[in-house]
Amino acid sequence: MSETGPAPAFRPAAAEALKNPQLRANFRRAMDGLMAKRAALFSDPVEWRDLRALGAAIRARTLARLPELLETLEKNCAANGIHVRWAETTGEANAIVLEILKKHGATRVVKGKSMVSEEMHLNDFLEERGIESLESDLGEYIIQLDGETPSHIIMPAIHKNKQQIAKLFGKKIREAKYTEDVDELTAIARRVLRKKFFEADAGISGVNFAVAETGTLCLVENEGNGRMSTHVPSVHIALMGIEKVVEKLEDVPPLYSLLTRSATGQVISTYFNMITGPRGPGEKDGPTEVHLVILDNERSRIFSDAELSATLRCIRCGACMNHCPVYTRIGGHAYQAVYPGPIGKILTPQTEGVARRHELVHASSLCGACVEACPVQIPIVELLVRLRREATHKEPGSTVLQAGEGRNRLEDAAWFFWEAAHRHPSLYRLMGFLATRLRRFLPSRLPVLSAWTWGSGGPQGPPPGSRLRATPRPAARTLHELARKDGVDDA
Amino acid sequence: MGWTMPDPARERILGRLRGSPRCASPASDFAVMARKTWPAAERYPRLRRLMEAVKTEFLEATEDGWPATVRSFLVSQGLKTLLYGPETPAGRRLAQSWPSGEGPRLVAYDRPIEQTKEQLFNEMDAGFTTTRGGIAETGGLIVWPSPEEPRLMSLVPPVHLALLSTDAIYDTFWDALRSQGWAAGMPPNALLISGPSKTADIEQTLAYGVHGPKRLVVVAVGR
Repeated sequence: MSETGPAPAFRPAAAEALKNPQLRANFRRAMDGLMAKRAALFSDPVEWRDLRALGAAIRARTLARLPELLETLEKNCAANGIHVRWAETTGEANAIVLEILKKHGATRVVKGKSMVSEEMHLNDFLEERGIESLESDLGEYIIQLDGETPSHIIMPAIHKNKQQIAKLFGKKIREAKYTEDVDELTAIARRVLRKKFFEADAGISGVNFAVAETGTLCLVENEGNGRMSTHVPSVHIALMGIEKVVEKLEDVPPLYSLLTRSATGQVISTYFNMITGPRGPGEKDGPTEVHLVILDNERSRIFSDAELSATLRCIRCGACMNHCPVYTRIGGHAYQAVYPGPIGKILTPQTEGVARRHELVHASSLCGACVEACPVQIPIVELLVRLRREATHKEPGSTVLQAGEGRNRLEDAAWFFWEAAHRHPSLYRLMGFLATRLRRFLPSRLPVLSAWTWGSGGPQGPPPGSRLRATPRPAARTLHELARKDGVDDA
Repeated sequence: MGWTMPDPARERILGRLRGSPRCASPASDFAVMARKTWPAAERYPRLRRLMEAVKTEFLEATEDGWPATVRSFLVSQGLKTLLYGPETPAGRRLAQSWPSGEGPRLVAYDRPIEQTKEQLFNEMDAGFTTTRGGIAETGGLIVWPSPEEPRLMSLVPPVHLALLSTDAIYDTFWDALRSQGWAAGMPPNALLISGPSKTADIEQTLAYGVHGPKRLVVVAVGR
């Protein structure tokens, strides 16, 4: 992974996000809307139960045969005229994309939405090499204009309201006059991007499902920018993670139905684009070359653990974020990861290291709302607990990246004393004695407890520095002493 | 095609995957898909209702009269050019019944995009395609671009008119691809289209006509 340098700090970023009332209002409104729309489409509990069982079974079957299916996909894509390339790292994937673009002298690229390209930081990579890489999904276009990253995997600009977008367009788009009307803002983007689609030398997209049986790449979208990016330029490069394959064409409809309903509460997306090859004989349009780049980026490591490999069932619907009480309050950017929310909390520590990103596996109350919403039954809570354990204690045979390296001295010291006290009754009694006799001398601010007893300042909370709760104070006598006093002999 | 030289990345990735324990593979029970059925008479009204909910427009016509229906729609909307595929049976019908002289003009998509891109992006008011049927469960049209009906006809012009036989509505997408045997041979591009282009990327507010057609008009032909 190209994520190097100091580990991002989640806590201060989350605290900062909590203090931003505008951000919290934007997310609250959006998540409430998405949850309600999804719920309306899964109102039949029997259908929901059976369909998600089918979705989970299809994804599990795919993973059980993953290497064979990837080879079948490669063979059938090649037979259809799609060039298949493999990349172990995001750096290799970037180099492959650059090589293809250079071969065609391409300097202007239009992109459909792709989370894998976010993993690769592809836009920055290409811009640094003099190639314009323009996001064409409206949400992605908005955040690219503002130099930001997506805050949600389906709704990348969900953190912004229309006033913020109106100001941004007024500032960054020369011909745009200031307007807060959503239809007018959309029309401005249409005008700008139509020209870009027309001029583009190459198009880049992600892949929602890659069908091994037929060598077909499926793309789900509403705007038509994905079709523009994959049909208009003469070269199309599709990017996918190794887990995106499915075995059969008939596996696609149930997953597609789960995806659109879970993601945006739509019975079907506007477009379902199935690409099985470049421009065929006699065809008058479509790209003359189609390339598929299959990226690993630590996925094969995740795959090597029978429990954690459930992470790879994910179909990237985002329902776990929409239902997460943590995500809804802090938004997507605080995670400082390509994938925010519950799926990111299990995925990012596995791809970047469980020590480097150990904060993320703790950024959950384990309430399980994500597990209930997940259309392919990923046991996110169990995986979070497993990763919490792996962060400090490497399990036998564990392949988790940085397993056991996430210990911290304070916790280690606390557990050392806890263990010693419980092994030596005299030490236990001494500590009980000291805690009860010295209780009056406890300071009003304790380093570990102060986050609980003192306000840190938030839009709805008390001002910073004000007391929220009394500092807990030990009792005057230990339980053993009280029991002895009441005549329990062996206390 | 594909890789010709040994690809070390490929070998390492597949090697790691092959060397890993496999998770269990439960049976896939498709009964939940198979039980989604509607009586033939209910399929078209259901499709229409669902597609109208996402702003698709419908023109109902007879087998004999649909070319005239298409033309009068263009006239009433002030659309001056209609891109069509002259080599399909429907395209031939359209051309044969199209009056010469005043009014909207048929433009054949009969040359490669490299020669027609400017015209396609700037001069076409509408595009006309056939369909291979529709989907009752969710609404949606099955569109298979071909040499006779290229991919961009249903994407670039601001209005897409699609000819649909009301007899060809399948229960589900799953039913359609099995009934039509898609797995035996997919075309280079196949599509489901359920409405005009749309986005909700700004404040979850629905806006139509973002990058693709601003209007989708189904020309529904019944018996």
